[in-house]
Amino acid sequence: MSELFSLTVLTGIAYSGIRLATPYLFAALGEMFAQRSGVVNLGVEGIMLMGAFTAFAMATWTGNLWFALFCAAFIGLLMGLAMSFISVNMQAEQGISGIGMHLFGLGLSSLLFTKFLGSTKAITGFQPIKIPLLGDIPVIGEIFFNHNILVYLAFLLVPIAVWVLNKTTLGLKIRAVGVKPEAADSLGVSVSKIRYLCVSFGGVMAGIAGASLTLALINLFQENMTSGIGFIAVALVYFGGWTPVGVTLGALLFSLVNALQLWIQVLDKDKVIPSDFALMMPYVLTIAVLAFGKRTNQPAALTKPFDRGSH
Amino acid sequence: MAHGSKLMALNSQRMSILLPTGQPRIESMRMINITKRFPGVLANDKVNFDVKAGEIHALLGENGAGKSTLMRQLGGLYRPDGGEIHLDGKPVQFKSPADSIQRGIGMIHQHFMLVPTLTVAENVALGLPSSRGLQLDLDKVSQKIEKLAQRYGLKIHPDAYVWQLSVGEQQRVEIMKALYRGAALLALDEPTAVLTPQEVDDLFKVLRGMAADGHALIFISHKLHEIIDISHRVTVMRDSKVVATHPTAGSTKTQLAREMVGREVILQYDKTPYKPGAAMLRIEDLVVMGDRGQKAVHDVSLIVREGEIFGIAGVSGNGQRELAEALTGLRPVQTGRVVVAGQELTHAKPAQRIAAGQSAIPEERMREGVVKEFSVSENLILQDHGHEPYSRNIFLNFDAIAKESKRLIDEFRVKTPSAETPIKNLSGGNIQKVIMAREINRKPRVLICAQPTRGVDIGASEYIHQRLLEQRSAGTATLLISEDLDELLALSDRIAVMFDGKIMSIIDRDKATVERLGLLMAGVKA
Repeated sequence: MSELFSLTVLTGIAYSGIRLATPYLFAALGEMFAQRSGVVNLGVEGIMLMGAFTAFAMATWTGNLWFALFCAAFIGLLMGLAMSFISVNMQAEQGISGIGMHLFGLGLSSLLFTKFLGSTKAITGFQPIKIPLLGDIPVIGEIFFNHNILVYLAFLLVPIAVWVLNKTTLGLKIRAVGVKPEAADSLGVSVSKIRYLCVSFGGVMAGIAGASLTLALINLFQENMTSGIGFIAVALVYFGGWTPVGVTLGALLFSLVNALQLWIQVLDKDKVIPSDFALMMPYVLTIAVLAFGKRTNQPAALTKPFDRGSH
Repeated sequence: MAHGSKLMALNSQRMSILLPTGQPRIESMRMINITKRFPGVLANDKVNFDVKAGEIHALLGENGAGKSTLMRQLGGLYRPDGGEIHLDGKPVQFKSPADSIQRGIGMIHQHFMLVPTLTVAENVALGLPSSRGLQLDLDKVSQKIEKLAQRYGLKIHPDAYVWQLSVGEQQRVEIMKALYRGAALLALDEPTAVLTPQEVDDLFKVLRGMAADGHALIFISHKLHEIIDISHRVTVMRDSKVVATHPTAGSTKTQLAREMVGREVILQYDKTPYKPGAAMLRIEDLVVMGDRGQKAVHDVSLIVREGEIFGIAGVSGNGQRELAEALTGLRPVQTGRVVVAGQELTHAKPAQRIAAGQSAIPEERMREGVVKEFSVSENLILQDHGHEPYSRNIFLNFDAIAKESKRLIDEFRVKTPSAETPIKNLSGGNIQKVIMAREINRKPRVLICAQPTRGVDIGASEYIHQRLLEQRSAGTATLLISEDLDELLALSDRIAVMFDGKIMSIIDRDKATVERLGLLMAGVKA
């Protein structure tokens, strides 16, 4: 266990941490936009599973990773639109309909996988791209600048999300709709359009998050392979106080804990720490965060359907 | 600004005089034979209403008379089922709020349409295109706000967050939003409901200035003296119809009240002489925390005696709600003491307080006063169902409940189809009567009464006031918390003013005037 603190291992943990942050980041940033507009989409996990399966199947059949990624995003869009319709038009209870969306994604991805693929070989996913010059810096280069394209895209999404939310007219509308939809409505902002946009964007991001598992991290599909990442992404939005930077820090914290538990399992040959305990760490952290986190920034209209006649 | 130039182009055919904001005036707006139905209700029945540039036209009516529905059609929130709206003689249709804003119409809603987590400038810019395309141009917005603020005498800081602002300041932001969008016609729905008398004066100055500049203004209210003070013409609505339109000059409060209610209304009550007895409610150095962990009630001490109505005045949000909740056992007391009829009840549960002879009429009548889905009779026995005559052992006595419900419904003149009707189907005034019936039937020694007539029509208000005065004659000690100064002055024997959680001063009724109370409500020690 003492080798855990060697430079090589620490570098390895940091590298894996950044790499594993990809699905959390895509899913949580997308979910953050949905929640800022006032809709909790608990179905992220189900959308991720469908995205993961779609990407894997397309990559297996066509060999084109970008096409596979696009298809996963498209499936995410469809499921995001469905969730928008359920929460905006039908004004359904969001917690329950989200659970439905999750179970739908879980069941359908397993069914389609058994029917069309069964057991298959791993695909060749996106390969690490070393950034010239930066990638050559010792330690730093190894940790930050030698990742696959999806990792770079995920981190690029953070400043874009900050800019959109805080510096654009669209962002202003999103912030207003999530806090006081009737105010936005009275100024001619369409609450439905904004919520559709945000929830659908969240769906696309969840689809891509799922694809990042099968196209870059694991290169395989298994039933229920997301094992809670989608739910943790929802929790990360609370943890991050509904801000892109907060959500990113949360995603990094979780992926580092994840990386740490993977390395512990590898290095701990004498089984001093039971592997179940290591596996449990991210989930314990999720519960702790939700129980003790403060919710001062929670959008006031979160989970509340908007109806012009009702106020 | 792209939005402004589009509006200019739209109006360029007419040779129009420009307002100081650079927008063309709306010389006349007419609503002709407007009819609006909701399931089971005819909200507007062939309503005619018009306003001209430079005029302040008051729209008077009780809650539910159809004023807000009429204005919502002007604001594009609802579409009329029949009738036409004309601007400068031409028919127009408003399909959405954006349509109506585009035509130069601004609405100030009764409940402010502001996003508390955004700044003033962000609230103003919301929904407008930016000069920088996708990116916000808040610096330019702020500059323009400051220019308009100066022109119209609206004190506003563009960078302040709305949650930090007082109610009066928030209202100025609402007016600014409308002016910024080039409103030539401004409709204000009950704009004075939440203001102190001094803030009302400031608002009226701004409104008179706007009218003098050529804006057309619609002023919706049910406060008669304000309408006489500010408006040039008045239209009175009753039961979804217009009953009168005439110049305000020469109208009296009595005449307007008669038009609004449809019968003679008592504006002054006969009170029996003030004969205070023993101290029934004693509050000593009470400290209560608010929702955000601040001291909402700050060292409050007062005594309410038998046969006395003790009024508490103050602008909403100065600790009155927390005080009432602490006295009814819904909010923990930090320090201090509460004694009811000689019994220490500082930390008592609601049931213990009821047993000690205390009744309460809560501010949030739909949330804390009744169970919405329950029937009228179930609501009447809400606290007393556990003992005779309503129940024996564990069984409810339905005969006794029905008999007693019928008696209370008759005695308190509750208008309800039956005792079994769900209470949520009743009007605000009738729900309040049910609560009064339940609370007074218990023959309380102490009555905590918060905002008893808020949102209640004049007829029911009058009745509720009479019942409160009856209780006073019967020896009940009443603590009356209200934001309505007319109500406090009509009923109270002594009035305390709360500001920032503290009692500013306790004044005898004969020394209390609207001006003096208004200054105290604004935190100015007289």
